[in-house]
Amino acid sequence: MAIRSFFLFILFFSSSLSPVFSLYEDQVGLMDWHQQYIGKVKQAVFSSQRAGRKRVVVSTEENVIASLDLRHGEIFWRHLLGADDVIDGIDIGLGKYVITLSSGGSILRSWNLPDGQMVWESSLQGPKHSKSFLLVPTNLKFDKDNVLVVFSNGRLHAISCIDGEVLWKKDFEAESFEVQQVILPPGSDLIHVVGFAALSQFEMYQINAKNGELLKHESASFSSGFSGQVSLVSTETVVALDSTGSILLTISFQDGKISSQQTPISNLVEDSLGPAVIIPSSVSGIFAIKTDAVPIFIRVIGKGNLEVVEKTTHEIAVSDALSISEDQQAFALIQHASSEIHLTVKLAHDWDGNLLKESVKMDRQRGLVHKVFINNYIRTDRSYGFRVLIVMEDHSLLLLQQGEIVWSREDGLASIIDVTTSELPVERDGVSVAKVEHNLFEWLKGHMLKLKGTLMLASPEDMAAIQSMRLKSSEKSKMTRDHNGFRKLLIVLTRAGKLFALHTGDGRIVWSYLLRSLHKSEACQSPIGLNLYQWQVPHHHAMDENPSVLVVSRCGPSSDTSGVLSFVDTYTGKELSSLSLDHAVVQVIPLPYTDSTEQRLHLLIDADKHAHLYPKTSGALSIFKREFSNIYWYSVEDQNGIIKGHALKCKCTGEVADEFCFDTRDLWSVVFPSESEKTIATVTRKLNEVVHTQAKVVADQDVMYKYISRNLLFVATVAPKGSGEIGSVTPEESWLVAYLIDTVTGLILHRVTHHGSQGPVHAVFSENWVVYHYFNLRAHRYEMSVIEIYDQSRADNKDVWKLVLGKHNLTSPISLFSRPEVITKSQSYFFTHSLKAIAVTSTAKGITSKQLLLGTIGDQVLALDKRFLDPRRTVNPTQLEKEEGIIPLTESLPIIPQSYVTHALRVEGLRGIITVPAKLESTTLVFAHGVDLFFTQLAPSRTYDSLTEDFSYALLLITIVALVAAIFVTWRLSERKELQEKWR
Amino acid sequence: MAAVTPLLLLLLLSSAPSFSSGSRNAYNINGRVKIPQGLGLGTKGYALPGRMSNVKVLLNGGQNITFLRPDGYFSFHNIPAGTHLIEVSAIGYFFSPVRVDVSARNPGKVQAALTENRKGLSELVLEPLREEQYYEIREPFSIMSLLKSPMGLMVGFMLAVAFLMPKLVENMDPEEMRRAQEEMRSQGVPSLSSLLPGGARN
Repeated sequence: MAIRSFFLFILFFSSSLSPVFSLYEDQVGLMDWHQQYIGKVKQAVFSSQRAGRKRVVVSTEENVIASLDLRHGEIFWRHLLGADDVIDGIDIGLGKYVITLSSGGSILRSWNLPDGQMVWESSLQGPKHSKSFLLVPTNLKFDKDNVLVVFSNGRLHAISCIDGEVLWKKDFEAESFEVQQVILPPGSDLIHVVGFAALSQFEMYQINAKNGELLKHESASFSSGFSGQVSLVSTETVVALDSTGSILLTISFQDGKISSQQTPISNLVEDSLGPAVIIPSSVSGIFAIKTDAVPIFIRVIGKGNLEVVEKTTHEIAVSDALSISEDQQAFALIQHASSEIHLTVKLAHDWDGNLLKESVKMDRQRGLVHKVFINNYIRTDRSYGFRVLIVMEDHSLLLLQQGEIVWSREDGLASIIDVTTSELPVERDGVSVAKVEHNLFEWLKGHMLKLKGTLMLASPEDMAAIQSMRLKSSEKSKMTRDHNGFRKLLIVLTRAGKLFALHTGDGRIVWSYLLRSLHKSEACQSPIGLNLYQWQVPHHHAMDENPSVLVVSRCGPSSDTSGVLSFVDTYTGKELSSLSLDHAVVQVIPLPYTDSTEQRLHLLIDADKHAHLYPKTSGALSIFKREFSNIYWYSVEDQNGIIKGHALKCKCTGEVADEFCFDTRDLWSVVFPSESEKTIATVTRKLNEVVHTQAKVVADQDVMYKYISRNLLFVATVAPKGSGEIGSVTPEESWLVAYLIDTVTGLILHRVTHHGSQGPVHAVFSENWVVYHYFNLRAHRYEMSVIEIYDQSRADNKDVWKLVLGKHNLTSPISLFSRPEVITKSQSYFFTHSLKAIAVTSTAKGITSKQLLLGTIGDQVLALDKRFLDPRRTVNPTQLEKEEGIIPLTESLPIIPQSYVTHALRVEGLRGIITVPAKLESTTLVFAHGVDLFFTQLAPSRTYDSLTEDFSYALLLITIVALVAAIFVTWRLSERKELQEKWR
Repeated sequence: MAAVTPLLLLLLLSSAPSFSSGSRNAYNINGRVKIPQGLGLGTKGYALPGRMSNVKVLLNGGQNITFLRPDGYFSFHNIPAGTHLIEVSAIGYFFSPVRVDVSARNPGKVQAALTENRKGLSELVLEPLREEQYYEIREPFSIMSLLKSPMGLMVGFMLAVAFLMPKLVENMDPEEMRRAQEEMRSQGVPSLSSLLPGGARN
């Protein structure tokens, strides 16, 4: 298919100004795919509307509110709130509005349930920070308005459900008052606010729901104090734990009088050991505590008599209560058995009887059940049926009904931490030719259809057939390596500690694996995944091995907790091995060396600045010893504003002999003055980047040599005052300094100050240039700058002979004191949008010109040709420069809508853009991830080395046939003519 | 809804960064996004379902994000005094970012300007500068484009050779023609006819 010859000159021909990436609308979905996710569900509310489609409204940890189809799990609508706008509560008001409380209870919004249009928004202020509660009473009315009750920031609000107007508010200003529950007994006009004050005081306020008037205030003191949350067991009783976690306090405030009863946990459970915590639940009459990870369910009988109803050793998840009739509440309980989960639905007042008991087979890779939400429906025989929505450990969302999984959503993919790629297996013999022959007719038919399409002869049905044929092309989703390198596996690590392999052809999940090493355990309390590295990429002499990836994780949020390594096979998705390290992992340095089985050497730096070599094999060690003195790295200390360079010193001098552990030494350090500069961004070149030419021929036959060094580091610092948000600082007191630092010698090669500018800085480093995006406060616009760095010491090497024999920088000694002769060129341009991410295209051999990929604030990805960021642009380029492809200088960078690689789609919550070279030089694969995923193929200089997808083979065939026919016809004609000649 | 709209309008039109009743240093920014109907109707290629509900308004590069009410109004709450940047993200439209000055000295004064063309705004009403067309328009099929394609040119050349060459040959002097033919025969240069089946008869 690909005509594998590099028509280099086409590169120059293609240097017209028209957008290089452009797509016809019917090409959407041919090379790209887009997947929408929502993230781990925090709260779910079922819409109780009788008519219309059944929906469930969810809020997630990615700050998404979404309305999902209860039948299929598809998204009806979805909104991603700001990063700081964490959702505290959601509910449905009047059956048609979704009410959300967010930003620590300070923003209340109402959304139209059918289409997701925001109806109103209210800002709720208050005297102090507190817990927030959102209550939507069904029958509380105020002048015909339905009322919402919101407690947030130490203030109780009653808000109209129709327009968001605050009807009344009441402050709880008492200094130490901490609200624990806001209770609305059904059918009354009272609101109970209960909480603790001064650690040992229990307070109860009774408020008139009509006008916010304080009716009663009672308090009682408990000398033993309180700990943790309270659980509401009825509208007038709460259960709390004392400060030691060993005594249960049952506090009731019937008729405004507080009475209490204390029950030591040891009275209820004989062998209880550690302090208990209350698991929040809303089932009346029952609450749950957890001691030593054992959940215990306790029933409250009468006035404060407690009774253990169940003690279980299994992992268990409980739903909130669902009222199914006037006086009946049901709740769901999920217990784990080895490969199944048991779902039971019980009535609140009847623990022993089950309304429903079902077992569902569950994929082990989904882990434990984290959350359960229950909903009921009325069956045709008028009995109650239940469906439950469960959130699993891997953040996936499943709907269970009648003992089956109705649908599932892989919402773990909304929070990707790191991405790497893996090749697919090579196609083995055995794919028969017969299959191709069988398809020949189909193939011809398809091309005839296509021809009809181009000749505008196709009927609408034909058009639909053409479109579906193009989209369903089985070629792109095969499970084998292709000649052009378009088919790969994207290996992604999610925040839930699960690895997914996605096929680049259609985005389907090939395998998924919940990392065992990221499970909570005694030794590892809160494991978090950090990074993914390519561990083994077999190509030469280890062809039979499967490629594998290395997952680096650590046991806690701080950087000095011990690390865990896991090795996962990328073909099968099985964990090959895992290592619990006895040291921390602060930095991981993949070295450019591989051992005899193609395992890449990695250097792990721990908190004590020891370097540990992996894999721990003698082969790796001997390779490492050979390159011992050539290994340098750097570290950035953000807090102190120091960048340090390191090298290896000797073997560890610890008590335990470990030949894979090495001491390190500091080589150099760059200290930024803390009163004037604060580091906000550091960027280096990609490790695997390929540079094709070192020299650049400029217009007047001159040659400029790129200063290409893998050890260049771009650092951006801002004035400490200006490190905040836009608008917090004046142009006079803000500046941005950009540095280029050599990480081996610590030499600052270039330094430039942008006065009146501030961050955030997004930068990308490639070849000999760096492009960075920042905010210019004086113009109040975003700006992008480019710095290109050239090697001046080789500038005299003008012709081939001098290039071979002349000076080059290989022989010059590398030292801090020998300054390389470099010159830099830079230029700045305005850019319209804020950025979220920036990347550059990378191709297999680095010949194809580059494009910058800008993830804009609108969650789109814009491709911008690097030629727009060329410091040699001038306002009036000369004829020679124009021929070279230099674009006249403009004040701002153009935004051409056709060059949005995401076309009319949004990659909601965009966080990162990854580019991977395909084998075909012209093409690069682009993967953008955020809450959504988007993948496409890009050809920054058009596909000059292969026929495009819309190439008409049929037209070619017809031409050939026509030519052959013409030959015969002309031959006949000539023969006849010859005959006539002879008769004459 | 109807009851509150006039009230809202009054509030918004009177002061668009308006002073809020909250704490001393926090202000509200109220504004409106207006997408002209005529502009929207021209878009044929892609439909935008729920167009208004997918519009986001972002303050200072995503520090605060808000959405539009059905009538296009939006507001940011508790914004400190200073110079801020408002961006509108709407698929299919290009909006210029807007510089908004919230001043502590004279609250309620509107200070807004489009940063793209430095046009001042008397009211915070944001309109798209232009529509964005993300797809190339397919050229309708024409004979010319077919003829211009490499294959078309090839066929054209063939036809030209097949029908014009004999004409040229006809116009030649018969004497010269014969001489040339004889020359050709004597040299044994394979002619087209000799290559083809039946050519062996000669």
